Amino acid sequence: MAVIRDVMPAFELFQPASIEDAQAVLDRYGADAWVLAGGLDSFDWLKDRIKRPRALVDLTGIPELKGIRPWEDGLEIGATTTLTEVVGHPVVRERYAILLEAAEAAASPQIRNQGTIGGNVSQDTRCWYYRAGWACYRAGGNICYADTPESINREHAVLEADRCVAVTPSDTAPALIVLDAQMVIRTAAGRERIVAAEDYFVGPATDITRMTVLRPGDLLTAIRLPGTWAGARFYFEKVRDRKVWDFALVSVASAMVMAGSGAGSPIERVRLAVGGVAARPLRLSAVEELVRGRPRNEATAVVAGNLAIEGTQPLRFNGYKVPLLRNLVKRAIRGVEATTWTS
Amino acid sequence: MDFLTWGRSPWDQPILTHLSWDLLWASLFAGVVFLVAHASYMVLSAHRKRHSAETDAMEAALGHLPERITRHSLAARLFHWVMAAAMFTLLFTAFLPIAGVRFAWVTWHWAAGLVLTGSILFHILHATVWLDFWSIWVGPSDLPELKAEVLRELGHDVPGPKSGKYPLGNRLYHLAIVAAGLSVVATGLFMMVRVRTPFFTRNPYLFSDGTWGVTYVLHGMAGVGLVGLVIAHVYFAVRPEKWWITKSMILGWITRRQYLEHHDPDRWTVKSPPDVAK
Repeated sequence: MAVIRDVMPAFELFQPASIEDAQAVLDRYGADAWVLAGGLDSFDWLKDRIKRPRALVDLTGIPELKGIRPWEDGLEIGATTTLTEVVGHPVVRERYAILLEAAEAAASPQIRNQGTIGGNVSQDTRCWYYRAGWACYRAGGNICYADTPESINREHAVLEADRCVAVTPSDTAPALIVLDAQMVIRTAAGRERIVAAEDYFVGPATDITRMTVLRPGDLLTAIRLPGTWAGARFYFEKVRDRKVWDFALVSVASAMVMAGSGAGSPIERVRLAVGGVAARPLRLSAVEELVRGRPRNEATAVVAGNLAIEGTQPLRFNGYKVPLLRNLVKRAIRGVEATTWTS
Repeated sequence: MDFLTWGRSPWDQPILTHLSWDLLWASLFAGVVFLVAHASYMVLSAHRKRHSAETDAMEAALGHLPERITRHSLAARLFHWVMAAAMFTLLFTAFLPIAGVRFAWVTWHWAAGLVLTGSILFHILHATVWLDFWSIWVGPSDLPELKAEVLRELGHDVPGPKSGKYPLGNRLYHLAIVAAGLSVVATGLFMMVRVRTPFFTRNPYLFSDGTWGVTYVLHGMAGVGLVGLVIAHVYFAVRPEKWWITKSMILGWITRRQYLEHHDPDRWTVKSPPDVAK
């Protein structure tokens, strides 16, 4: 018998006009509520009938969650601001170009018109074993179907796998970590909680059923970009199977401030993050520490790349991610022109 | 409240995944209710103690016994406290994440599990070779003691038989902890094959889905049961009338009077010091 996978199960749709109203609905329905922003992650779950919420809370009608506004010496981006709006914002273009690059690398123009930055960072993993609705660890079961001798796991994790080997699909997440962004959360209790982007994402070791620190009833309301890294030397690269509409196999983001302007000047400050290699975007603090104070050249890039892949544990089909990660880190440190690829 | 959690396999068959964690709260609740009920009973009821004259007479007759009677050797005490540390680590790492406290718990959990396994193996060897192996077990011969204990708790003045080295309550608790402990260790060792450790090559297909489900359920049942058992154990360890037992697990000895008051010298024989025996 054919499985119907194009008609969503019935649910009650709520379109609140304020965060308070949204949280009241979330509180009323508890685990049976589902938060909807752009819908690009949600509708897959619903049409596949894997998730069957009783209530859908559409956040796109809440004005305070929308738009980009000045904040201290930086910007505050409302959680339901679309990726297209982020890409088109002049201050983002001028001071936070890495976020522009990352947002522009996400999916297709149509999807960026609909997809929100809050949804992009909070979306669930794309592991197809998990999204098929099987009882894997992430779904509350007791096995990882992607980490068996027969699994097709070309896109899965090489770092920080802890029972689950799914990876983060967010393109903007590494860029936000590099920019030292702050995630503004309205907790279920109505309090505002600020979490560094680096700490917003959680791995399976900490919580195998969630990708972020958001608990039931919590809402991501905004993302704040401080001026700390505004205008730094940025590098973003996303490697994917095809140039459009695909998730990252591995991505890298870096922000760098040099001590001088000449070639080979020492690196004064640096932040580096990678996506697609673990269940959460990883800040490579050890690599940052290693390259700080060193000249920005091939030698520094090589040691950085080698350090980045320490501890990697490839699965049956994703061994290619190890040299890919090393080379992307090298390019992020040295720049794309002079870096040679090695396998 | 559900007792079991089910999922769907890739072949769309229902598979058992684990125990429902609602039972954790049920076990916690049962443990707390038990200790509140017991504490209330101890305060309000007319339970009886043995007459001190009985112990006075025995002390007069057996005054040659040493003032301090060794109850637990250093090895036995070390085992107990290592096992207790491992048990608390296991329970906290297992159930705090379920209660919403997030941290990387898996490595701590299996490491504590290995410590527990090692300490149990040591205990089995130690108890078999160096201790009176059968002194901790219960059997039909303990029925008169059970009857006397129950009557005494109900307020009757019963002289009744005394226990050997271990009071009946200790032995019954040991039986329960053996069942729960061996279940949790045996299933836990197999479950380690499913996670990345330095000891095993991961093999999620060691058992069928159904057998894995039963393994996880047994592990969960034993774990949830241990929550109640540990609550009861800690409660009795800190109760004033049981403090002498707890103290002996720290210092290793009890006084001669405590020995004569609570134990039957015929069932737990203590040797006199050499100079007295001569």
